[in-house]
Amino acid sequence: MSNQALPRPRFNAPEPERGSKADLKIEARTTPLLRGKVSEIPDVFFGWAMRLCGLAVVALLGLIVYQLVVGSQLSWHGFGWKFFGHSDWNPVSDQYGALPFIYGTIVSSLLSLVIAVPLSIGVAVFITEMCPTGLRGTLSFTTELLAAIPSVVYGLWAIFVLVPILRQYVQPFLAKTLGWTGLFSGPPYGIGMLAAGVILAIMIIPIISSITREVLTVIPQHQREAVLALGATRWEMIRMGVLRNARAGIVGAVILGLGRALGETMAVTMVIGNRPEIAKSLFAPGYTMASVLANEFTEATGDLYLSALIEIGLALFFVTIVVNALARLMVWSVTRGQPARSIV
Amino acid sequence: MSDTNSNPAAVSISHISVPPISLRRRLMDHAMTGVAALTVIAVLVPLFAIFAYLVYKGIGSINLAFLTQTPKPVGEAGGGMANAIAGSMVILAIASLLGVPLGIGAGIFLSEYGRNRYGDIVRFISDVLNGVPSIVIGIVAYGLVVLPQKHFSALAGGVALAIMMIPTIARTTEQMLLLVPQAIREAAYGLGVSRWRTTLSITLRTATSGVITGVMLAFARVAGETAPLLFTAFGNQYWNWKTDQPTAALSLQIFTYAISPFDEWHRQAWAGALVLIVLIVAAVAAVRIAVKHGTLAGA
Repeated sequence: MSNQALPRPRFNAPEPERGSKADLKIEARTTPLLRGKVSEIPDVFFGWAMRLCGLAVVALLGLIVYQLVVGSQLSWHGFGWKFFGHSDWNPVSDQYGALPFIYGTIVSSLLSLVIAVPLSIGVAVFITEMCPTGLRGTLSFTTELLAAIPSVVYGLWAIFVLVPILRQYVQPFLAKTLGWTGLFSGPPYGIGMLAAGVILAIMIIPIISSITREVLTVIPQHQREAVLALGATRWEMIRMGVLRNARAGIVGAVILGLGRALGETMAVTMVIGNRPEIAKSLFAPGYTMASVLANEFTEATGDLYLSALIEIGLALFFVTIVVNALARLMVWSVTRGQPARSIV
Repeated sequence: MSDTNSNPAAVSISHISVPPISLRRRLMDHAMTGVAALTVIAVLVPLFAIFAYLVYKGIGSINLAFLTQTPKPVGEAGGGMANAIAGSMVILAIASLLGVPLGIGAGIFLSEYGRNRYGDIVRFISDVLNGVPSIVIGIVAYGLVVLPQKHFSALAGGVALAIMMIPTIARTTEQMLLLVPQAIREAAYGLGVSRWRTTLSITLRTATSGVITGVMLAFARVAGETAPLLFTAFGNQYWNWKTDQPTAALSLQIFTYAISPFDEWHRQAWAGALVLIVLIVAAVAAVRIAVKHGTLAGA
């Protein structure tokens, strides 16, 4: 970078003297860019246009909140907080209580976490710590492929493959071995809370495992080496040196998966049975907040009915916002300000 | 490390007796490796099961009629999803027209103008928006477009999908632009290029392939969405090219057919699902190839 050798072009530079070789070269390079005075107006305009785009993202959030709050006013004034504590959902007598849907959403999501969390952490640990390096890329690509399958296709598969398997093999087995708990009793329809939990688990595994993997890879190598140097086996190294350090990030990944499970609509709607009842047994059909919206929104005839549905949407929105914000902060706390890669 | 034997410190280490790792600990180590490998298998089984079943069930039901005809009434064999395929394309085109420029703009804001507190707010909000359930976005598009228009429309469906695309595109664009070295921007400023021109023709141009990959990811994500279309695009049994009328979409048609009690419709649902996945993969692959071979180099 010898500054002497290169004459510096500037804004509003006086016409360069022609003749010398160096000047000719500069002119040849810069003519298209440096013709006359550069106006600042397009620059300012562009800057504000981009800021406007950024503002649009904020406005979007405002718009969502506005639409939901305004739409749910009628139901809010009619029922107040009782809306969330009431289990009577009856469009004919215009009585609306969201409890069965809240219950269904929570139970199906928790069930999916119970299945998905050990599996996803196992996958993440295997890919980052145990598997041969040659296999690493292929495995992580394949597990992430699961995230690319549309929800409705999961639902289709669940109806025709998963539900029959549950009905014929899994549910009779669970009823026989764990029936005494009361969680696995009643007729094995196949369709019901259990099916919803299983399909949700399959859908959130890629999210939890890929973020867990991301968190595990930022754990410094010297943590692993230090534990190994103390004579630990590989598993002890993973448990003490890796998983313990990644705790907050893994919890964040799990909560992010929970956020996805809470709002998942199509696959759940197709297999949960869609009955607004609170039943202890996981074999019984249920209903979730998202699936009642999917099923009844277009059929909602009365204003109060529509408003009640929008209020369910509002509740779902707030829960997922809080859950996601919490998860982002936890993942960020481990990856040290490196924003987590967006998961598709 | 080759001369450790001549190093006095290393010699003294050999006097420290390290107790052998107990059988219990060694077994535990092997057991956990086995468990982790099993979880991978447990996760891959449904993946392969879904793809295998999709191809097995779908291939048999795809024929010319499926790709060229509209749905037949219940009970009649034949018919297809041509109108749904076209409808999906129209809705996705609207979504991309609205969502891609806004998303890229927001990404440029985040990377070039938003390295401050305001940027952090926008960044956080777009991450949070990414997690809003798609069905809730559907409600918003319903209130925003369907109610004023007084009927369901392709436009409403497009708006719903665009809202879902914006935060994803914004964040990936930002990350891609940040990868462009600062020196390249400075080189352009040094030549007297204005800031807007630098951003568009130098920074964005350098990051083109990454930005397009991000756009395609967002596209692939919304292409299979069903929930936000239920009460925006609504679906249609017939051809419709008007953007202010109810429009069929492939994913909606799959849903309707899957929950119906008719075998013929179930077969068509599988075929539709296969076509949907093939179309998504084809769209993504086509854009990737176009980027690689320079067709879109000026983008």
